[in-house]
Amino acid sequence: MLLIHCPHCQEDRDEEEFSYGGEAHIVRPLEPEALSDEEWGDYLFFRTNSRGIHHEMWYHLVGCRRYFNATRNTVTYEILETYKTGTQPTITGANL
Amino acid sequence: MKKYSAFSLLKNALSYHENWQKVWRSPTPKKDYDVIVVGGGGHGLATAYYLAKVHGITNIAVIEKGYLGGGNTARNTTIIRSNYLWDEASQLYDLSLKLWEGLSQELNYNVMFSQRGVLNLGHNLQDMRDIERRVNANRLNGIDGEVVSPERIKEIAPLINISRNSRYPILGASWQPRGGTARHDAVAWGYARGADALGVDLIQQTEVTGIRRKDGAVVGVETTHGFIGARKVACVTAGNSSVVAAMAGVRLPVESRPLQALVSEPVKPCLDTVVMSNAVHGYISQSDKGDLVIGAGVDSYNGYGQRGSFHVVEHTIQAICELFPAFSRVRMNRQWGGIVDTCPDACPIISKTSVQGLYFNCGWGTGGFKATPGSGYVFADTVANDHPHPLAAAFNIDRFNTGALIDEHGAAGVAH
Repeated sequence: MLLIHCPHCQEDRDEEEFSYGGEAHIVRPLEPEALSDEEWGDYLFFRTNSRGIHHEMWYHLVGCRRYFNATRNTVTYEILETYKTGTQPTITGANL
Repeated sequence: MKKYSAFSLLKNALSYHENWQKVWRSPTPKKDYDVIVVGGGGHGLATAYYLAKVHGITNIAVIEKGYLGGGNTARNTTIIRSNYLWDEASQLYDLSLKLWEGLSQELNYNVMFSQRGVLNLGHNLQDMRDIERRVNANRLNGIDGEVVSPERIKEIAPLINISRNSRYPILGASWQPRGGTARHDAVAWGYARGADALGVDLIQQTEVTGIRRKDGAVVGVETTHGFIGARKVACVTAGNSSVVAAMAGVRLPVESRPLQALVSEPVKPCLDTVVMSNAVHGYISQSDKGDLVIGAGVDSYNGYGQRGSFHVVEHTIQAICELFPAFSRVRMNRQWGGIVDTCPDACPIISKTSVQGLYFNCGWGTGGFKATPGSGYVFADTVANDHPHPLAAAFNIDRFNTGALIDEHGAAGVAH
């Protein structure tokens, strides 16, 4: 059971209030029609699926109903930080 | 390999069962192999077995970081069926089911395959339309199945609650009589024993830490016990597939997530079939030991921790208690999680990669156990010939770029 801190509500809330949004910081291509099949498939389906530090989106479904990002360790499930969409994480695999 | 038989049992009884041959050797790794299989679970061991048996390649090592069959092979709910919707998937799973039917004889090892039938319940009109469509598709593919009424379900599993007043009433089900269960450990052990007898080296407690390449081709693997050379490397590492792929600079479209299961205390025989329900996220059968074996849904988030969230198990238990009110008093004994590598289309990847001599068999998600024999069979063929087996061709990794996905999500009773 995860206890997730919503950076919008500023509260630690139960995992069941949230829905998972997958890997964060994936930029949608500005000109999809200009991409090759490989690039488009890569954007749609291929993920880092990292073992360790993972940046991911969460949606506060039964709270403020806003998206935010979390940095989580996918082995220990510890949430190291949560931050608002549009900002960058302070903890990354490189600086841990 | 000494054959197991009634005679050998009798003979060994005379020496108090103290002189049985070891089931497999514990060899020191050689410097070089034709094929290295990374991952000693059911699929990896089956791959090694069929490489040796069908393709005559016996200079093989299976490298396992823990012990044989200690990952998802040991953690699943042992359900076997082949009633998938799409032609490609149903044919692959039915090949597997046909291999299951002769597996104990083939391996001279009792895998306790029990064709007790599988029910996939429908709880609303759309469920029933999907079930009818799927059963018709199955029959066109030569796979057994029928749509059954709530009354027939009650005959098959008398403890089930078919009241129209329940929260998710049972309106019918698909019934695949050839489906059933098998003993999970025995499958891994049987394949391990068979592969070992054919000369395959089973190397346990050795973790692959890198995949060495030269000029775009595989030359071997780095392990915790040093470098081992190989012309071909076949990776069958389930939840850790992305980690192993990254060692060779390959990206996979899989995400690793926790999937949980639990068993009750042993009780008297009360459920002699398998009951699954997608809508309420629960599946249940009873093991030969008497435990009720219950599978839950997959957690929504990525994780490698081999445990999941409590509310997922709680929802499953709620569903099971609604389906089987009598089980509300049964005490649960153990709960655990495994890491499943889920694909966007809920179908596996059995494929060559951009690296010459590197092959991946992964992405089985929540339903890999049933496919163990077929998966090993077609993957061995793919590795041996450096060309996809006809039944594996559609499961090439290219499909995520061409768009030729095989969308089994929800379509085929895939619990998710």
